[in-house]
Amino acid sequence: MTLCYQMDDKFEMIRLAVREFAESEIKPVAGELEENEEFSVSLTQQMGDIGLFGMTVPEAYGGQGLDYISYIIAVEEIARIDGSQAATLAAGNSLGIGPIDAFGLEAQKRKYLPDLCRGRTLIGFGLTEPNAGSDAGATSTTATRDGDSWIINGRKTLTTNADTPMTKGSIVQALTGTRPNGKVEYTCFIVENDTPGFTRNTLKRKLMWRGSNTAELFLNNCRVPDNAVLGNPGDGFKQMLATLDGGRLSIGAMGLGCAQGAYEAALRYSKERVQFGKPISRQQAISFKLADMALKIELARNLLYKACWLAENKRPYGKESAMAKLYCSEIAREVADEAVQVHGGYGLFKDYDVERFYRDQRLLQIGEGTSEVLRIVISRAIGC
Amino acid sequence: MNIVVTVKQVPDTQEVKIDPKTGTLIREGVPSIINPEDKNAIEAALRIKEDNDDVVVTVLSMGPPQAEIALREALAMGADRAILMSDRAFAGADTLATSYMLSRAIKKIKKFDLIICGRQAIDGDTAQVGPQLAEGLNLPQATYVEEIAIRQDVVTVKSRFDSVMRTIEMKMPALITVSSRVNRPRFKTMNGVLKAFRDKDVVTWTKDDLKLNPMRIGINGSPTWVRKTFVPSHSRAGLMIEKQPSESAADILDFMLEKSLLRF
Ligand SMILES: Cc1cc2nc3c(=O)[nH]c(=O)nc-3n(C[C@H](O)[C@H](O)[C@H](O)COP(=O)(O)OP(=O)(O)OC[C@H]3O[C@@H](n4cnc5c(N)ncnc54)[C@H](O)[C@@H]3O)c2cc1C
Ligand SMILES: Cc1cc2nc3c(=O)[nH]c(=O)nc-3n(C[C@H](O)[C@H](O)[C@H](O)COP(=O)(O)OP(=O)(O)OC[C@H]3O[C@@H](n4cnc5c(N)ncnc54)[C@H](O)[C@@H]3O)c2cc1C
Repeated sequence: MTLCYQMDDKFEMIRLAVREFAESEIKPVAGELEENEEFSVSLTQQMGDIGLFGMTVPEAYGGQGLDYISYIIAVEEIARIDGSQAATLAAGNSLGIGPIDAFGLEAQKRKYLPDLCRGRTLIGFGLTEPNAGSDAGATSTTATRDGDSWIINGRKTLTTNADTPMTKGSIVQALTGTRPNGKVEYTCFIVENDTPGFTRNTLKRKLMWRGSNTAELFLNNCRVPDNAVLGNPGDGFKQMLATLDGGRLSIGAMGLGCAQGAYEAALRYSKERVQFGKPISRQQAISFKLADMALKIELARNLLYKACWLAENKRPYGKESAMAKLYCSEIAREVADEAVQVHGGYGLFKDYDVERFYRDQRLLQIGEGTSEVLRIVISRAIGC
Repeated sequence: MNIVVTVKQVPDTQEVKIDPKTGTLIREGVPSIINPEDKNAIEAALRIKEDNDDVVVTVLSMGPPQAEIALREALAMGADRAILMSDRAFAGADTLATSYMLSRAIKKIKKFDLIICGRQAIDGDTAQVGPQLAEGLNLPQATYVEEIAIRQDVVTVKSRFDSVMRTIEMKMPALITVSSRVNRPRFKTMNGVLKAFRDKDVVTWTKDDLKLNPMRIGINGSPTWVRKTFVPSHSRAGLMIEKQPSESAADILDFMLEKSLLRF
């Protein structure tokens, strides 16, 4: 028998450990941080203290030595409480730590991973540009060789974790030439914040994830040494695609967690709220909504964990990861929307968590591949 | 230094409902957790380990095979070794049999300087196991401990007695029971969870592994018989008298006489 739906006790303990932390440390402050658009250094460090950064990084580099499913469960549990902290965590792991762990040279791993894995520093991942969103091929940031260093010029935007008090730098993708076959070549660089010519600006007034940092990056004749190249020159495009495949699983986990949190809140409220002489959960119209939410969450979790299993077992998982991200983010919208409906007018107020879940889910259909782009990815994978 | 922490797995009573007809706990679907004050006991041991060299923390539990997960959790918090006493013959134990069996296991562990128990289990609620265990092992004990300091072979504790705090010094080996005020248990780390499953073991001891008097274990060794359980209904509110002790005593006396609860 190889098909097995029984998860190891280890996963359950990971889940409960993260849940205990999120409920006791994040829940009480999440609403206020979000409302004030405040990135919390102390919560991020606390997440580091319990080992939420570098979950899949080997222990030798200060990581936790765990597997992909444990990581995804952790993101899901944080997102069940708060999208903003989950964003810091998911981007920190999948976009900051992930590429360094996967592609970094030994010296780069030794230099950056220990502090990143302790949750003492963060690194952003700047792919998106003002004129290159879904179309990453339109990247116009350039890097040119000058002696044994590189000069980078360009602008990145919508970069998570790139401008916090604990940010060490950002990984930026830049054009570095044209191959003999005529294809353009990309290279990723680790640009540290104190590099002359590198400035940042935090983007405020977001609809959601207001406790998470989003920044634009300006690279003005930034000179970086040769050893700032992440891995090998010319590997940038490959690195980016692989990073996104992994990152999509964590966005999926955020969708699943958001849906779970919204559903639990709706279920609880429906049992407490009495109208027409009985709890609204006993009105079939409401109980069917809750049944549909539970169904969608069950399906989403199965799909996401399967994609993680494929990733963990080194099998192709690009299609499944796109499917999982797409489905989890879409059911997050449906579930959060219905959760507000179950709360009636109160669900529109910040006193209830569903108000936040309703806003937080919206990014999930846009970041790391919009729903449209994911449908393109899936349709190509099935041979359209 | 060797510390043994006794740990009981209990149903999460925050989630427990009581069957109004039978008066017993409805256990189905209720998650099992480490008894909360046993987490404080584990934390106390781990802090001693952090502050001193060469401390080994062993967690010990008696319970069904499922109690292994509670011990794994203790290992994830940072305990070094775990022993689960589990055998059908242990079932139905009351506090006397439980503390007898725990004492036999601790005798087998042999090397111990300090035993730390939770003050009270949230299901049984007797707070008897710790003190009975100390008696069974003929050890000095302090209960309701809220502060612990170790100096060479002496443990000094602050122990609560209602509103009074007592400072007690004991030569080790000794036993203490700690309340939730002693500390705030740490969160488990991700790597701690990994190590609890990958690098550490839960050893199981059955009745054959221990020298036990068969008449003192399980149901045979349990003189307590529960005749009936019921949910007390609090239909009358209590009366609070907040005066000087002597005036309060006079008021209480008057009240009791008035209600014919006392007669001279
Ligand atoms: C809070 C936040 C955090 C982010 N963090 C990061 C980060 O850390 N690093 C990073 O690099 N980026 C990050 N992003 C950027 C994010 O990945 C992009 O927003 C996303 O890729 C979409 O790009 P765009 O916003 O430019 O939209 P566009 O690409 O302009 O898309 C606009 C619309 O057109 C549709 N569309 C575009 N092309 C097609 C097509 N071929 N077929 C059909 N429809 C199409 C899209 O689906 C979308 O509906 C973040 C964004 C946000 C909002
Ligand atoms: C007549 C009777 C029959 C019972 N039958 C059963 C039964 O069939 N099945 C069953 O599960 N329970 C049974 N119990 C309950 C069980 O025996 C008691 O709960 C147990 O002895 C502990 O007592 P307590 O819960 O009051 O713990 P307390 O004395 O309040 O606990 C204090 C501390 O002692 C330690 N401790 C207590 N129990 C253990 C343990 N098992 N392992 C390690 N450390 C421990 C912990 O550190 C704990 O914090 C029965 C009780 C009675 C009275």
